[in-house]
Amino acid sequence: MGGMSAALDQLTDWVRRFAVAVRENRDELTRLDAAIGDADHGINLDRGMTAVVAALDAESQPTAAALFKKVGMTLVSTVGGASGPLYGTFFLRVATASGEVTELDGPAFAKALRAGLEGVVARGKAEAGDKTMFDALAPAVDALDAALADGDPLAESLRTATAAAEAGRDATIPLVARKGRASYLGERSVGHQDPGATSVTMLVAAAADALA
Amino acid sequence: MKKLINDPADVVAEALRGMDAAHPELRVDHANRIVYRADAPVQGKVGLISGGGSGHEPMHGGFVGPGMLDAACAGEVFTSPVPDQMVEATKNVDGGAGVLHIVKNYTGDVMNFEMAAELAGAETGVEVLSVVTDDDVAVQDSLYTAGRRGVGVTVLLEKIVGAAADEGRDLAGVAAVARKVNGQGRSMGMALTSCTVPAAGQPTFELPDDQMEIGIGIHGEPGRRRVPLAPAREVAAMLVEPVLSDLDFTGPDGVICFVNGMGGTPLLELYLMYNEVAALLDKAGVRIARSLVGPYITSLEMAGCSVTLVKADDELIRLWDAPVRTPGLRWGA
Repeated sequence: MGGMSAALDQLTDWVRRFAVAVRENRDELTRLDAAIGDADHGINLDRGMTAVVAALDAESQPTAAALFKKVGMTLVSTVGGASGPLYGTFFLRVATASGEVTELDGPAFAKALRAGLEGVVARGKAEAGDKTMFDALAPAVDALDAALADGDPLAESLRTATAAAEAGRDATIPLVARKGRASYLGERSVGHQDPGATSVTMLVAAAADALA
Repeated sequence: MKKLINDPADVVAEALRGMDAAHPELRVDHANRIVYRADAPVQGKVGLISGGGSGHEPMHGGFVGPGMLDAACAGEVFTSPVPDQMVEATKNVDGGAGVLHIVKNYTGDVMNFEMAAELAGAETGVEVLSVVTDDDVAVQDSLYTAGRRGVGVTVLLEKIVGAAADEGRDLAGVAAVARKVNGQGRSMGMALTSCTVPAAGQPTFELPDDQMEIGIGIHGEPGRRRVPLAPAREVAAMLVEPVLSDLDFTGPDGVICFVNGMGGTPLLELYLMYNEVAALLDKAGVRIARSLVGPYITSLEMAGCSVTLVKADDELIRLWDAPVRTPGLRWGA
């Protein structure tokens, strides 16, 4: 099944790789947030993902639903700010869509990611071009669906999705922010890369690495 | 970074320990970072909780006590608390009359309080209503922003609504007073310096010595525009004019006028600013019925101030004058 589906240990590895990426880029995420927000995105997400890793170390999770529910609940309880509810809701929706299984094939993983995206939209009410995490996550989920529909294996499809997330992230630079604290700046938010779009691109890239 | 701290990661927890030690009339749940009045829940009274990021002291923990809040949830510095905290506080302040959540309009605060209200309703059956403050005229209220920020009005609202709850009004009545205060209040702020989030270690933005930021919020975020430093008289006009042009404050009942310090500006300068603000209001035909001057909703050590006006009437003045006994505001009790 190499690269065609994701076993529970690979899904766990995805979460752990995301935690490492957040830790390594903590200061960069905070720097991006200082420019147009309130200088805490890296700090808060790192605190949350550190708690997630501690929770996974303490107790292994029997199913994909249990794993992602644990991740979501931990983030909601430890992150605060806007990132806590947004990333928390993302993982809670991914948990529900994954179900009590120990392996997700490509379409099931894509369906779970789309459910997560829909959770982010329901919670944050962001639309395309608002300069938020949506602008990287939505094209990634679309690209994943399209690549899988073309018959690409999951691993390769996730690399395509990562490229789409990166393009979406970079495309936030010229945008005027319309959501969150960055929106208070109006035109002054132009020229800065959105921190949420940056961290969620790391989330997609971590999936491509873990599920390779 | 030059601060009176130990480890940046422990700032909020250690400050709450100090608050607990200094104020026996409060009870602090350190695990959940909730400040309660020691006698909560008060049977039959609507419970009032608020909360938000730390770094705005005395708001909100310093406004817990008779005549004001029943509990305040403290988040990390400039970061909203999490739903678990609000759910726990909601359970513990419900005296059978329901609980009002007072939320400042920031994306994170609103989302976390929303999740908390959903969870509290589902888990405990406590009736919860929420009121969101959004009084900052520096932010254009449009489809293209997160809406106006909740700033200075929050302080006046927590005082007035606390008195309304003490009078024995029901949850809907208390929420109606809260919405009225927010609807009749407007604010505008400015900064002379940035501020440093302890965990970040450096100022959130750079502001040269000869420049100031107009239209800032309370999180060290840059404002709407950067202009050359000017005399206090001109700064006062830059704050008062947008407030007056947003809402008609003239009328026989006057206003509650609040000149707030952002944390790093001395009272000497705040009173100097109040003098300028009062002169401008006089010229505009706005009568000051009550006033408040001091650092009550701060942004760490930021230097600067904000001006808040709430249009008064007999009811609001009576509630404003009612006794209050909290670490941050105390009179008549």
